[in-house]
Amino acid sequence: MSNVINEQATGHAHHDHHHPAKGFKRWLYTTNHKDIGSLYLIFSLTMFLIGGAMAMVIRAELFQPGLQLVDPHFFNQMTTVHGLIMVFGAVMPAFTGLANWMVPMMIGAPDMALPRMNNWSFWILPFAFLILLASLLMPGGGPAFGWTFYAPLSTTYSNDNTALFVFAVHIMGISSIMGAINVIVTIVNLRAPGMTWMKLPLFVWTWLITAFLLIAVMPVLAGAVTMVLTDKYFATSFFDAAGGGDPVMFQHIFWFFGHPEVYIMILPAFGIISTIVPTFSRKKLFGYASMVYATSSIALLSFIVWAHHMFTTGMPVAGELFFMYATMLISVPTGVKVFNWVATMWRGSISFEIPMMFAIAFIVLFTLGGFSGLMLAITPADFQYHDTYFVVAHFHYVLVTGAVFSIMAGAYYWLPKWTGNMYNETLAKWHFWLSLISVNVLFFPMHFVGLAGMPRRIPDYALQFADFNAIISIGGFAFGLSQLLFVLVVFKCARGGEKAPAKVWDGAEGLEWEVDSPAPYHTFETPPEIK
Amino acid sequence: MNQNYEKYYVPAESPWPIVGAIAMFLIAVGAGLTVMQVSGEGSSGQYVLYLGIAILVYMVFSWFRNVIEESHKGLYSAQMDRSFKQGMGWFIFSEVMFFMAFFGALFYARMISVPWLGGAGNNAMTNEVLWPTFEAVWPLLTTPAGETTQAMGWQGLPLINTLILLTSSVTIHFAHVAIENNKRGALKVFLSLTVLLGVIFLGLQVYEYMHAYQDLGLTLDAGVYGNTFFLLTGFHGMHVTLGTIILFVVLLRIFKGHFTSEKHFAFQAAAWYWHFVDVVWLCLFVFVYVL
Repeated sequence: MSNVINEQATGHAHHDHHHPAKGFKRWLYTTNHKDIGSLYLIFSLTMFLIGGAMAMVIRAELFQPGLQLVDPHFFNQMTTVHGLIMVFGAVMPAFTGLANWMVPMMIGAPDMALPRMNNWSFWILPFAFLILLASLLMPGGGPAFGWTFYAPLSTTYSNDNTALFVFAVHIMGISSIMGAINVIVTIVNLRAPGMTWMKLPLFVWTWLITAFLLIAVMPVLAGAVTMVLTDKYFATSFFDAAGGGDPVMFQHIFWFFGHPEVYIMILPAFGIISTIVPTFSRKKLFGYASMVYATSSIALLSFIVWAHHMFTTGMPVAGELFFMYATMLISVPTGVKVFNWVATMWRGSISFEIPMMFAIAFIVLFTLGGFSGLMLAITPADFQYHDTYFVVAHFHYVLVTGAVFSIMAGAYYWLPKWTGNMYNETLAKWHFWLSLISVNVLFFPMHFVGLAGMPRRIPDYALQFADFNAIISIGGFAFGLSQLLFVLVVFKCARGGEKAPAKVWDGAEGLEWEVDSPAPYHTFETPPEIK
Repeated sequence: MNQNYEKYYVPAESPWPIVGAIAMFLIAVGAGLTVMQVSGEGSSGQYVLYLGIAILVYMVFSWFRNVIEESHKGLYSAQMDRSFKQGMGWFIFSEVMFFMAFFGALFYARMISVPWLGGAGNNAMTNEVLWPTFEAVWPLLTTPAGETTQAMGWQGLPLINTLILLTSSVTIHFAHVAIENNKRGALKVFLSLTVLLGVIFLGLQVYEYMHAYQDLGLTLDAGVYGNTFFLLTGFHGMHVTLGTIILFVVLLRIFKGHFTSEKHFAFQAAAWYWHFVDVVWLCLFVFVYVL
């Protein structure tokens, strides 16, 4: 990757029919990966705020013991839709947006391989979430069975609007699959000459593997919701023992999707961190090849660990042991990654720009979430932790201080490239420190209340948990408010600011820094030569 | 190899993706409301569903028309062709995984949930206390709740249908050979035969369903045997229907003189899809009917 001869042909004017349409039609009709990337990112930020508002409702209700503000059924809808929105509406589209913006630029391609399908996969998403959110306002309310929609909660005991949830999930799954096919085909087929596999930036590698996981498991989710639909409305008994089925079968099918899904939400984060840490350490990434192999191993292992979500369902002991050891095995490649990041920083000439601060916070806090995951992997210990706030603490550490922090890091890292302007450093620092402190006030005490036995997804709790929950809620409100600062930073950056040079960060490597900031509407119409 | 990169082709802006997104929105809302009516409540959603399907069909036709025109203008490079092929390959892989979910349910029911209900493993008490008269056999003809049905044998129609689909796989292969050797006459014959075999298969499948409902009492809600039977064969049937339509459109295009011995992506994609549908049927025949 070091000797990049820059032959970008942004000045060539032979593609005159590709000027964007004027006004809003540009955004509806676009085939441009940068436009679509921006759409994904804006959509994701919007959903992040909506899902966050629901988290605020949850924390407000839990601020004090007893039922205070909302009725328990509504509380259930909030936990459910908060989860669905954050997973499918915020984190996944944010990564897809980053992939759209960055993958073609990183591999020296002019655009995604299938640009029109790219636009289609984006525009399905707002409609899918419109259905999901609208169902909250319908008589009977929205989905209230948890984002995992376990049978029989989603079949026998769900409200009549469940069909809308099912079809909303169907179309967001179609969107994800089309997006993933596009990413794979782009990476396999559109690399510039000389961009060989082991020269690919790690963000591209991690997204390639993520896209494979998406195509492999999103259809399984479609199958799961379909069986929920027929069980609920057409009297089948896949998940009903009276007809020869089994509610536990639902959990197997769901988590066969659900566990790779977890890695779908974290592998691109690994790619972002592996991009940012070398830049601000001014060193090459330590152990590039091992990073590639570790990512692939994590992806393969993700298919054989699903039942660690179900240790308390009464599986045979042999099964519990298998899934326990397989799960623990994942900590090996994950450990390789963490050590590689640390080794990259070792004796580096480190500077602490905002992306780097988020990246370092990621490494520490994601590792913490990984450790609590290791605790949960131990079957007998999990009997104690299952369905408590310990689990909530665990997955919020890996998803908020993990996935979301990496997205923030990536956003700060590439914002100057997207907008052509530097962000406001002071505001960004406020955003970082407020987020870092509040997120730990928010999630760290959850470990303790969880270990002490407070169950998740319940609007009320025993008096002994009152103090901790008040602290958690204050952390939650502070974290929620801090994100408004992020919106402000992004907004201001898009409007103007100090002009950014082509190579925004002096230690950065990669083709995206060879083009102007902001990146021209079309890049690499003639492929660059990579040596 | 390098000359493929000389000029990239990025397709122009198009209204069809957003039209398609609106169509899918209407389909999702319409299907949701229609299904909700099944259990008694909800408003009339089927018109929304039909509207959505109509817009989707219109969108697919218009989008493909644009693509075909662009292809005929020679705008597409070899690289674009590879992108299409790889995209189709991954789409078929996603379809395979969709069927895997239902095969997984079938295997789980056969190997785990039904034996457990019959007391296998450490589940003696499940059987003794909850369903004392239940016996674990497959096909599951008497559910734990006591509903009874009859099994669909494999010897009659299903065997004929298997032979029909296998034959159609051969005919489409001959059609493929014909298009590559530019034998248009043989191509038309073999592709027409394939479409015909697809239609006959579907007709027999409908007949089999009627037989199951009217004579055997094998229905969608007849316990997990009927559930897996109808969802697996039903989704397969939907895919055969789609495949037949695709092949039929390709056939019409061949009669209009489209495709050359070098460039025939649409034909190739349709053929791949047809082979995929075939393989799924073979798995179905073995695991749903025979075993």
